[in-house]
Amino acid sequence: MAKFTLPANSRIREGKRFPAPPGARRVKEFRVYRWNPDAPENPRYDTYAIDLDACGPMVLDALIKIKNEVDPTLTFRRSCREGICGSCAMNIDGTNTLACLKPIEEVKGAVRITPLPHMPVVKDLVPDLSQAYAQLRSIEPWLKADTPPPPDSERLQSKEERAKLDGLWECILCFCCSTSCPSYWWNGDRFLGPAILLQAYRWVADSRDEATGERLDALEDPFKLYRCHTIMNCTKTCPKGLNPAKAIAELKKLMVERRG
Amino acid sequence: MAAEKIARVSLRSALGRARGLGSAKEGVAHWWAQRVTALALVPLTLWFVASVVALTGASHGEVVAWLSRPHNAVLMLALIWATFWHAALGLQVVIEDYIRPEGIRLAGVLAAKAAMLLMGLFAAFAVLKVAL
Repeated sequence: MAKFTLPANSRIREGKRFPAPPGARRVKEFRVYRWNPDAPENPRYDTYAIDLDACGPMVLDALIKIKNEVDPTLTFRRSCREGICGSCAMNIDGTNTLACLKPIEEVKGAVRITPLPHMPVVKDLVPDLSQAYAQLRSIEPWLKADTPPPPDSERLQSKEERAKLDGLWECILCFCCSTSCPSYWWNGDRFLGPAILLQAYRWVADSRDEATGERLDALEDPFKLYRCHTIMNCTKTCPKGLNPAKAIAELKKLMVERRG
Repeated sequence: MAAEKIARVSLRSALGRARGLGSAKEGVAHWWAQRVTALALVPLTLWFVASVVALTGASHGEVVAWLSRPHNAVLMLALIWATFWHAALGLQVVIEDYIRPEGIRLAGVLAAKAAMLLMGLFAAFAVLKVAL
């Protein structure tokens, strides 16, 4: 059966509390998931009280402040801090999003932060995404064409053909969508998940690509594609405002279209 | 190292596991049949509910006479066909979503399909027995 409850060694316990500095007036609590692979303990929520008057506006600002000034053992990924690298994807206040794009003000009460759901945890807020990356590699996300490019120019597209890639090329592969999808939780070993299926459609929709049929062949599978039941968590959670559910629906439409 | 402590079911590469057994090259027929039967069930169910309401209070003989009319019997058979086909496809999806391991999943799908087939045949037989 699909596992609906956490195993005993994954249950989250109450952890340490780090009080706000004296004199802090606007205090916000951050309850952060902590798990260290080198210590044989259950994961725990550590609670950090942060003075918002001495902190940037986004959740990532608070995490960086905690790591710099309160608890250097806290581990998380971040790079660009402006929503283009996808590194700081995590579950904040029950929703997968990018910590750098999530204003602290939007969260009522304590800010609960956990890693992306249902992925192996490397440490604290760092999930192991190697399976998702391998799934991306498996759909061969690069242009495939037998026709050689013009010797003196790039491959051309009309404006209408280029417009078909809008809403697809903006994906930064943060995997907020895939890790919000129950079908990906239960069958992620075989279901490609919304992030990868959006990438697959990005190449199917590209007028310069000549491997459309081959790509559809590789996707036509009860598990790789058809585990998607249009639950729409992917579209709801996407921090870039993209619509993976629509991309998957387009793939399903093409599957019907080509059988006549 | 942390990475070594992450539970792994196999030492096969991530790409090897992602590619798995490759694509089954099927699934579209199942998906399409599920949509088509759902669509067919909209008018059929409305017709069935309206008929049952119209037959409220009717005697046994009146209901038998109603079901014996060819268009009613044919629509009943169509309703039964669409209902049990749709149910079999839907149950298969639910079982594939939630049941592991593979052997039990396969047995579950077969059992659900057999149950839907037998129930559908039974219902169709009942209609034919009354109508013919």
